[in-house]
Amino acid sequence: MKPYRLAAAVVAFALLIGCRQGSLEQTAVALSGSSSMEEVVRALGEGFMERNANIIISPQFGGSSQGIRDVADGKADIGNISRELTDEEKKDLDGVTIALDGIAIIVHPDNRVAGLTLRQLADIYTGKVRNWDQVGGADLPIVAIGRDAASGTRTSFEALLGVSGQCLYGQEKDSSGGIKIAVEAAPGAVGYVSLEAAKADSRTKKIALEGVEASEKTIRDGDYPLARPLLMVVPKGEPLPMAAQAFLDYVLSQEGQEVIRSQSLVPVRR
Amino acid sequence: MVKNILRSRGNLSRAERSRKFWDSFMYWCFSLCGLSAIAAVCGIAAYMVLAGTPAINEIGLFHFLLGSRWEPTAPQPAFGVLPMILTSVAGTALSVLASVLVGTLTAVFLEELAPNRLRQAAQATAALMAGLPSVVYGLVGATLLVPLVGKAENALFRGSSSHIFTGGANLLSASILLTVMILPTAIQVGGISLRAVPRELREASLALGADRTETAFKVLIPAARPGIVTGAVLGTGRAMGEAMAVMMVSGNAVNFPLPFHSVRFLTTGIVTEMGYSSGLHRKALFSIGLALFVWILATDLILEALVQREGGGQSA
Repeated sequence: MKPYRLAAAVVAFALLIGCRQGSLEQTAVALSGSSSMEEVVRALGEGFMERNANIIISPQFGGSSQGIRDVADGKADIGNISRELTDEEKKDLDGVTIALDGIAIIVHPDNRVAGLTLRQLADIYTGKVRNWDQVGGADLPIVAIGRDAASGTRTSFEALLGVSGQCLYGQEKDSSGGIKIAVEAAPGAVGYVSLEAAKADSRTKKIALEGVEASEKTIRDGDYPLARPLLMVVPKGEPLPMAAQAFLDYVLSQEGQEVIRSQSLVPVRR
Repeated sequence: MVKNILRSRGNLSRAERSRKFWDSFMYWCFSLCGLSAIAAVCGIAAYMVLAGTPAINEIGLFHFLLGSRWEPTAPQPAFGVLPMILTSVAGTALSVLASVLVGTLTAVFLEELAPNRLRQAAQATAALMAGLPSVVYGLVGATLLVPLVGKAENALFRGSSSHIFTGGANLLSASILLTVMILPTAIQVGGISLRAVPRELREASLALGADRTETAFKVLIPAARPGIVTGAVLGTGRAMGEAMAVMMVSGNAVNFPLPFHSVRFLTTGIVTEMGYSSGLHRKALFSIGLALFVWILATDLILEALVQREGGGQSA
């Protein structure tokens, strides 16, 4: 009787070891890049890992330039870049636009101003312009409303406008919804939210920038100035590891693009 | 007969034993309840210290408490909470002073001068207001109070090229809102302590020829002072801990506290950024919590001592 038990124990133990080794055989996809893509990359990673239990998405967020270096050095499979690639970078890297990040400017519904130039918008947020009559509106003080410092939308907005760290906010809100409510309440208010949030039911008024209305079309066509592409880049001319290729395919699939939309970004596929 | 006595004696001792058992059982039960309350407080204190100190060590106590820039996500991050501390102090002090003043006078009017029916109606209203959730205050403040203060601000700073317009979401709005939130407590506690003043004091004052107003201000209010201070302590607690309502009307940009500045309180500082923060930034938010905790503890102890002294003076 006893030898059988021993044999059974040995077999069971071997099976256990086997299981452990099986789970160790998971492949990892290393991502590196833009911190303003952190939320969307994490959401995409979760969505992907739900379907592919044997692949681990491990992202790092040291910035776009870090992402390019890591891909070039082979430390990362995919780089997350929140700007256009330079011609120099295009020699070694292939970029796929996975989404577009568009920021709409909203004002109180009674505001007569229909549009601003980027220059005027920058002046408003840095405090050089403090009354709507200086930009073609009624005599009314401007209340510049923005997001809190931890917000990716704020980082993008200030970077695209070239005013990083120089903005003087009259109010800071911790969500797009908070900005919309505050803009509705103050007649002189101006605020910025992602396009997705601006489309959602609200009494606030979207205004044009440089004569271009914010919409998925103008952002996709590259006409709307307060928008930037979000790219995933891979080394040129090398076959991608299977797991990394599967992740890229997922990102560009219907499902991945839905995840992107849920993160208040403009998907590249309709 | 003897048998009966013996049996009854046996019964008695059994009943006594069981009573003793229950006595000691309940003693331990209640001790455990009391200890768990103390353990909870100690646990929270220990956790706050453990979670709050790493960031302070990293930033430096001096830079943390006395730094005036709060830029947690800048390339060169700065974690100075001085503007938030001063805002919390200013907002709490303003609103407690205002509500104790208005609340005490209201209580005097209700207790001494108002017709019975008005007093009952006012007291019922105050009780109702004390129980309203703070978000309700915040909503009403954001939709009614903020636009009004915004109009005043626009008129006051018309043409200014240095004022950052807040649209009415500023320290003034937050202080007014906090005052309204604490007022019911101040009225209730003021009323209770006025009613507790011995009738002889009032009668003696009136008999000496003082009128009712003189009696109220020269006799009743001084006699009710310990109670009024207790009301202030309760109000301070609520004002310092309030986050939700304040966040909706204070503007929430980190500035030094002037009435028409957009300001951020310690509490709202935590709430605003907890959602996205990571790394040192997140640890720094726990440090804000620790600062708030220490400060509330200190204020409580000081005010407690004040009440003790007032009470002692009263009985002496």
